[in-house]
Order: sequence, then structure tokens, then C-alpha cells
Amino acid sequence: MITLRSLSVLLLLGALGGLGGCATTGGNPEDPLEGYNRAMFSFNEGVDKAIIKPVASGYKAVVPAFARTGVTNFFANLGDVWIGVNNVLQGKFDDGVSDFGRFAMNSSLGILGLIDIASDTGMDKHNEDFGQTLGRWGVGSGAYVVLPILGPSDVRDGFSLFAVDRHGDPLAYVGNVPTRNELYGVRIVNTRAGLLDASRLMEDAALDRYSYVRGAYLQRRRSLVYDGNPPREPDAERTSKSAPGAMPGAPTRGAASAGEDSRIPRDQTALSDTSGKDNAGLQGVKQ
Amino acid sequence: MVKSFLFALCLPLLAAAAGAQAQGLAPDALMKSISDDVIGIIKQDKDIKAGDREKINALVDAKVLPHFNFARMTALAVGRNWPKANAAQQKQLVEEFRNLLVRTYSGALSTYKNEVIQFKPLRAAPADTDVTVRTQVRRPGSEPVSIDYSMEKTPAGWKVYDVVVGGVSLVTNYRDSFNAEVRDGGIDGLIKSLANKNRSLETQAGGSSK
Repeated sequence: MITLRSLSVLLLLGALGGLGGCATTGGNPEDPLEGYNRAMFSFNEGVDKAIIKPVASGYKAVVPAFARTGVTNFFANLGDVWIGVNNVLQGKFDDGVSDFGRFAMNSSLGILGLIDIASDTGMDKHNEDFGQTLGRWGVGSGAYVVLPILGPSDVRDGFSLFAVDRHGDPLAYVGNVPTRNELYGVRIVNTRAGLLDASRLMEDAALDRYSYVRGAYLQRRRSLVYDGNPPREPDAERTSKSAPGAMPGAPTRGAASAGEDSRIPRDQTALSDTSGKDNAGLQGVKQ
Repeated sequence: MVKSFLFALCLPLLAAAAGAQAQGLAPDALMKSISDDVIGIIKQDKDIKAGDREKINALVDAKVLPHFNFARMTALAVGRNWPKANAAQQKQLVEEFRNLLVRTYSGALSTYKNEVIQFKPLRAAPADTDVTVRTQVRRPGSEPVSIDYSMEKTPAGWKVYDVVVGGVSLVTNYRDSFNAEVRDGGIDGLIKSLANKNRSLETQAGGSSK
């Protein structure tokens, strides 16, 4: 992990150094670092294509499906404790208790977590981490950031991952370093193997993979912070098909990409207004 | 989780048993009958499970597409630039965007593996003309994935105009890239990019089937 971190810092610096050259910022207000982010995104794609994806494909071809499910369940089970802690931190005690219950049941009856029995008894798996906890506490996501190897993130979630979640990861406490690294490796490969179909679909669906992944990440995280029920953002296009004006009282800045358009009247003035704002954002980055 | 998510992506296309009776149905009942119908067919059809594109396309054309309002979906995806396109351009945009969505997501139908779709109670007044039908896709051993369908009432029955999977709108997620295309090449630039994308997907599919 240490090496991965110093590698990340190195790459980050390298990419930032090249930032001045590529100022083709698309103007998403949540992505002021687009130049760096795009560079890192394509770096990550390169690493994925050269190493991670081939290994994951091999793993999927060799390891039978039931064994892969077991591996997925094993790591998912280890994660449930930290998920429970975060639910408690967010004041969702019932969910937290359910997560601890899942861990107890799956670790024993589920044979060290290889079988997810708890889900069958109605204790659903949750999705929580410290970034979501901060979001629940009212901390904004900050700028979108593509992390080396780890991929899409933002300032809040990236900070949470390195400063907090890492310590909530049971693997971090495996004393034997080679064993621990092996476990990290298996987890990465197993996760990537599960994503093979989805990543192929994304490649097909996206016009621009970078902004597709960015939009999906930002919308997904926002949804997760609110456990699937984010406050609905007014969207001029969505709610009133014919009305030419913007929605009155719409927020000036939304978390989802959809939010961007909500306050923009659909006429020429509005357009020049946005491009002006984009330029301002761009200059901010350059300085 | 990931598998269900992927499957979820194709549900919009899973959705839809045309038929005359569909027009009188409430939106949630409509979506339920569509998904029951389509899942029933997939479960029995080995060719579809194996990824037979022709059969999948036929199923989607017959059962799913009639219940989607692609014009509205395209307008939502294009966002603020939509009114700048003339009628002919709008028609082309709808055509290309529709092809892209259908082509990419219908393939995911073959990944269906015994997921169960639960419909949540519909929170809407009888007079509402714009509702969200909420569903959850469950699969043993993974976190449930939510799929919400935004639907509007039209003279021809309820139509889906957005699909939100795990909080991500499959339609508005295109806005950033569409805006960028329009800024760089105008409406025609966007049409051209979409057409190119569709053409390259077509070649890909043709190449791999040989």
C-alpha cells in the first residue's frame, strides 16, 4: 500500500505538470481539474488494458463461477463491519445492527463468509463508506478527482478513502505482509472480473468514456449518500417540456450533471452566460 | 452487485408487453406486466441466453420499444441545446440516440440470471400524469439495485422517458458529452458523432459474429 501511495503521488505530480498543455476543459463545474483527470483516466485505462483486465479475464476463465461467488462473498463479509460502523455514525442504528448481524451470521453459518446466508434471511447488504458518512453530515463532495489506479473519486471521498476507510479495512490488519498483499491482489482481480461485462457495456454506450464515467460516478455517489432517495433536483427540461424559461428557485449548483441545466433559460443569453462561467472556471484552474 | 447492476441496465429494454390492454394499465402495473412477460420469454429461450442478437432485437422491438418515448429521452439528453436543433435535426438526433441505446443495452438481456424484480408501492395520485415507478432488482448474495422509471401519461398510454439505475440516469448521463459535441461541432457535429458511434458498433457486431 505504501508503494501504491508513493506511486500515486508521483503520478499525480506528473499529470499535474502536464496540465497546462491540455486546457480543453469541458466546463462541468464539478470538474475543474479536467485536464489532469483526463490524463489520469487514460493512464488508468492503459494500466487496466495492459495488466488488470487480462489477469481478471484469465481468472474468470479459470475459476468456476461458484468459487468466484465465494471469493466475492468472503471480501463482502469482511466489509460489513465497517459498513455497519458507518451506518451507526450516520445515525442509522437499525441498519448498523443488521450489518453486524450479517457479519456474525455469515462468518459462522456462512463458513467464514463464503456463503451469504444473511441476505436470504432478509438482512440486505448495504453500501456505506466514510465518504458517504461525511456526505450525510453535510460535507460537500468537492471537485471530481480521478485517482491513480483506483479511478473515479472526489475530494471528499478520496480523503475518506486514504485517511479513514483504509483503517476500517480488515485486510490492513493482516500481519503477514506477503499474505496481505496476496489478499489485496485477489480482491482487485475478483472485483475487476465481476466488472468485465459492465465495462464492455460502458465502452459501447459512451460517446466519451471519460464524461460518461464522471457523470455516472457523481450521480451514483449522490444517490448513495441519500441511500437512493436524493432530493429531486428541478430540471427545466424534465418538468416542463414547452415552457421556455428556467424553473424559478432552482438551485444554482447541483451534484448531478442534470443539475447544471436546471437554472439555465433556454435562450441565447443563457448560453453566453454559461460559457462565460466556464471560462472563469478555467482561468481559476490555470492560476 | 455488479451483475445485477448490469442486468439492471437492460431492464429498460426488458420493460414492455405491448398489447392492446397495456393502454389502460396503471404505470406500475404496466411495467410489471412487461417485465414478467419479457423475463418469461428469456427464461425459456436458449438462443437469447446465448446472446443471439437477432432474436433479442426482435423481442425488444415487439415488447419493449413501444413503451418508450425516445423523442423525450433525446430532448432530455441534449438538454439546453435541444431547441437549437431544427425539426429535421431533431428527428435525426432521436433516430441515432434511439439506435445507440437499443444497441448497447439490449445485449445485456442475455446476462439475465434469475434476478427478481420487486415493485415498490407507487406513490402517485390517480390524476398524476408524471410518475416514477420504483423497482429493486434482487439477486442472492448481492446488494439490491434500484431501477426507477420516469413515466408520463400520453394518449397512447404510459411511456417511459428516463431510466435511473442505482441513482444514475441513463439519459441525462449523456448531457456532458452531448454539450461538448454541440459546442465543438454544432448540432450537426453531435449527429455525426452519434452516427459514427452507431456505425462502429455495427461493424464490431458484424465482425465478432463471423
